[in-house]
Amino acid sequence: MKLKKEKTAAEIVALSRAPEKITTDALIHYIFSNFIEMHGDRQGHDDPAIVAGIGLFRKRPVTIIATDKGQTPAERVAKNFGCPTPGGYRKALRLAKQAEKFKRPVIALVNTSGAYPGKSAEEQGQGEAIARNLLEFSNLKVPFITVIFGEGGSGGALALACGDEVWMLENSMYSVLSPEGFASILWKDSKRSDEACEVMQLTPRALLKHDVIEGIIPEHKSKRQTAAEIAKILEARLTALEKLTPEQLISRRHARYRKF
Amino acid sequence: MQLFDELKTLGKKHIKADKKAMQKVPEGMWIECPKCQTSIYHKDLNRYKECPNCHYGFRMRAKERILWLTDEFEEMDNDLQTTDPINFPGYKQKLEKGKKNSGINESVLTGMAKIGSLRFGLGIMDPYFMMGSLGTVAGEKITRLFETATSQQLPVVIFTASGGARMQEGIHSLMQMAKVSQAVKAHSDQGLLYISVLTDPTTGGVTASFAMQGDLILAEPHALVGFAGRRVIEQTMHQKIPDDLQSAETLQKDGFVDVIVARHDEKKLLEQLLKMHKKAGE
Repeated sequence: MKLKKEKTAAEIVALSRAPEKITTDALIHYIFSNFIEMHGDRQGHDDPAIVAGIGLFRKRPVTIIATDKGQTPAERVAKNFGCPTPGGYRKALRLAKQAEKFKRPVIALVNTSGAYPGKSAEEQGQGEAIARNLLEFSNLKVPFITVIFGEGGSGGALALACGDEVWMLENSMYSVLSPEGFASILWKDSKRSDEACEVMQLTPRALLKHDVIEGIIPEHKSKRQTAAEIAKILEARLTALEKLTPEQLISRRHARYRKF
Repeated sequence: MQLFDELKTLGKKHIKADKKAMQKVPEGMWIECPKCQTSIYHKDLNRYKECPNCHYGFRMRAKERILWLTDEFEEMDNDLQTTDPINFPGYKQKLEKGKKNSGINESVLTGMAKIGSLRFGLGIMDPYFMMGSLGTVAGEKITRLFETATSQQLPVVIFTASGGARMQEGIHSLMQMAKVSQAVKAHSDQGLLYISVLTDPTTGGVTASFAMQGDLILAEPHALVGFAGRRVIEQTMHQKIPDDLQSAETLQKDGFVDVIVARHDEKKLLEQLLKMHKKAGE
């Protein structure tokens, strides 16, 4: 796979957050057909920062779980700029367990700066919600593929990226903390964030080298073309994973994380 | 300006929960409890390091806790060393300091323990080792603890104390959350008991993984337990938060903690719980 000329880590971080970044709506629209959104965690909450439901991917039913930053200012505020609340993670878990029951794969699309760090999220158990997903997804009996298409921020991203494979768009990032936060904690200077971008090894290329992700998906100016690249990978990988028994799938998944 | 302020405070997400709490022990004849402000004569802080007024448990080294908690303890994996996976400048010196402060090789002490005749896997995180942060070695030690306990069909007890992920190991630190979680799940699927005991402070990636995965979740009085740091909530979200938002007592009220237990009662309570979960024939 030939990628365009190498960008600096700081440039990639900027592009991962750029307003031109393909939206969750567009991705779902171009990759899946007959998408029907499903709402709620059945425990009293429906987090709009997680858009999830059932759709068809090349004729097979799949469960789709996506973080969504929203587009209009009002939408962005309602969605906490794409930072899921505990109810969002619980909705994701509910739909993933449903996917397991009906034996359809789970596709997660992630672009979040992290889990929502607000008062209500603490009261509703943000830590518990993420912890529960990590626990339950570790032996979900259906294929679970994640595509990080913008920001992959810390535990809030990991809670939707702990399945069988994680792929990243060319201009996306995945890290333990934002580069600004990292610089501020370790060097007490958030202005050194460009430097932090390099040190943290948060680019797709660096993460591939560290075996954290399966591969990098090229990104194009045309959103339709970018979506088509993602679909091509999903088709190939789903076809391969669908051949495995649940036992093979889970033992492969365990090996994937055990190595770290 | 607002953006600048946000950038400035973003990093506080994984702050040390209460810097005062660390400074209070052990210098001086009189120590102030960081939770209830009672002045305590140093000799009244016995081996439990508990405030006699509010039962807050002061920060405690893992090696100190072992002394009064267990009757026998065989340490495991005390020779593991990190590979410094992202070659972080100055990390080695930090590790050396952590080893010196805590007397152990990483931020968690693990091994097989006994209370009376009850054998179990025990992990104790140490706030004196880089604020109990979760790196590759701590993650590996906890994973191996669960794996060993699973193969020997034993329960696991973990005392958590952590500022969250180990920044100096970047993404490898984040992956520990997933690695430990699947070891917890494999242990749980065998019908084995896991008790987590939340101590001051338990935050970030540790809260968002094994701290909250216990079958039974206990907590020490007034322990700070949360996901996001207080300053992040206040400064980036512009929300004023009450003092006790992330206290063990609030978490219990909200349904996330089973029992709040003071240190001097911990051994007895653990013994009872382990006994009640003993399988027939053991």
